[in-house]
Amino acid sequence: MRGVFFVAALASVFAVGMICVFLLGSGIPTIKEIGVANFLLGTDWSPSNVPPSFGILPMIVGSIIVTFGAVVIGVPIGILSAVYLANSCPSRLYRFLKPGVDLLAGIPSVVYGFFGMAALVPLFDSSMLSASILLGIMILPTIITLSETSLRAVPGELYEGAVALGARHYRSVFGVVLPAAKSGVIAAVVLGLGRAIGETMAVIMVAGNQPRMPEGLLEGVRTMTANIVLEMGYASGIHRQALIATGATLFIFILLIDLSVPLITRGHSGSRLLRLLGRARKGAAT
Amino acid sequence: MNCFSVKNLNLHYGEMHALIDIHFDMKYREITALIGPSGCGKSTFLRTLNRMNDLVEGCRVEGSVRLFDEDIYTMPDVSMLRKRVGMVFQKPNPFPMSVFDNVAYGPRTHGVRSRQELEMIVEKSLRDAAIWDEVKDRLKKPAMSLSGGQQQRLCIARALAVSPEVLLLDEPTSALDPLSTAKIEELLRELRSKYSVVIVTHNMQQAAHISDKTAFFLLGELVEQGDTKELFENPRDERTAEYISVKVSAPQAACAAPVDIPARLAG
Ligand SMILES: Nc1ncnc2c1ncn2[C@@H]1O[C@H](COP(=O)(O)OP(=O)(O)OP(=O)(O)O)[C@@H](O)[C@H]1O
Ligand SMILES: [Mg+2]
Repeated sequence: MRGVFFVAALASVFAVGMICVFLLGSGIPTIKEIGVANFLLGTDWSPSNVPPSFGILPMIVGSIIVTFGAVVIGVPIGILSAVYLANSCPSRLYRFLKPGVDLLAGIPSVVYGFFGMAALVPLFDSSMLSASILLGIMILPTIITLSETSLRAVPGELYEGAVALGARHYRSVFGVVLPAAKSGVIAAVVLGLGRAIGETMAVIMVAGNQPRMPEGLLEGVRTMTANIVLEMGYASGIHRQALIATGATLFIFILLIDLSVPLITRGHSGSRLLRLLGRARKGAAT
Repeated sequence: MNCFSVKNLNLHYGEMHALIDIHFDMKYREITALIGPSGCGKSTFLRTLNRMNDLVEGCRVEGSVRLFDEDIYTMPDVSMLRKRVGMVFQKPNPFPMSVFDNVAYGPRTHGVRSRQELEMIVEKSLRDAAIWDEVKDRLKKPAMSLSGGQQQRLCIARALAVSPEVLLLDEPTSALDPLSTAKIEELLRELRSKYSVVIVTHNMQQAAHISDKTAFFLLGELVEQGDTKELFENPRDERTAEYISVKVSAPQAACAAPVDIPARLAG
């Protein structure tokens, strides 16, 4: 019987392993072939030119800025919502707000994309700003749900301890309860980050998708994910390989984000390496 | 003058009548022990004295609770009340921050900003809580790294740091080993010269050992209040006599009792 569980557990590790092998196995030789600097730092993406040029720096920058924008917008709102839901919300209001948040999590990204086209694009064009706002909204449920869970897991005695010293509600929550939930909240933010950087469909619908260095928030931008999806349908040969290499680059970014978690949460304690390894295994599995 | 003076206090948790017509007086710089069987309302009563029951949904309080002649339930600013009436909980609850920041949390809350002043307050409070020598070299370490007994004394220091007039302690030693308990009992005996203290305890020896006055609670009523020695040796009410005789003749049970208390009630 234990064997069954073991095999089930292995399945996800196996899947991750396969993804690793496929992406890195075909991506890294391509990057070498194009030239690491040409690929990662090149600013010109012209796959049909003769000779073609495969510089993905604009897409890397695009993904980073759009993700960063989503975090700037989504994280404060998400954490404040979670604090409200977990610690301040009257139960009658909660019964109304909580399903709202859950619903937000279940909306398919193409629907978000439509919403962005209808509500954001008229205001901000197809631009980095539109994409950031839309992604900021899309990562809300992830951040809210996970942060709320970890806030609720903080023992009530901590809150009472602060209140008993004469601290007011919000000072107790932000000064004591939130720090106690820190690692869970950081994990929530990281998962949100991962969702934002990996999001594809909604971004394509509002970001403009021009494969060039963006120069302002209201300019169009193409992310790594968009690059892959937009061109995979007709790409072949080295072009196709370059798109897979884009995927490998994205994968490495996500690994880096996951690896950074233990460094942030437990900045200065002893067995950092051990935890880093443990986290790496966990990170790879998500 | 009476430090606390409670009259006709009734408290309901929803339908449940948890405190029934309590009359209670306490003098300035006296230690009063609250004793009584589990579930009789000791914690509930203690928490009416700094209005912690305000946090409980569905909790209603009637009657008057006066702190130095001021009705605490009509005070406009309940955080000022809680600054004046400090509280230490059954389970040590250090904040997830350094030893120093734990003690400095209260003073900072009430507007102390100068580093120098904070350092002074922190040292004095830790000394008063008899833990300075043990932590003076690790003020920057997380408070969670201290032992349970040290954590509890840290919590006492944290409460003292806002210079309260009264200190409320809810079974502060029930989660601790005998050695830490002895340390805290000694500490409380020293505190009596500077603070007015109310302490809930299940341990009769502890009550007899450290308190000036004792109040006996039963099923939500305050049965008897008086000089500790008097109450233990010549209880006026037979219910008190019965409770004390059982507890004193079975001290093991008396010590073991708090362990069974569900955390929910421990407040
Ligand atoms: N938050 C609450 N909601 C509803 N009922 C409560 C609440 N807290 C306490 N009670 C009830 O009030 C009564 C008194 O509880 P309290 O915690 O004051 O007892 P206690 O004397 O402190 O007991 P112990 O010695 O076990 O700590 C109990 O019957 C308890 O079930
Ligand atoms: Mg109690």
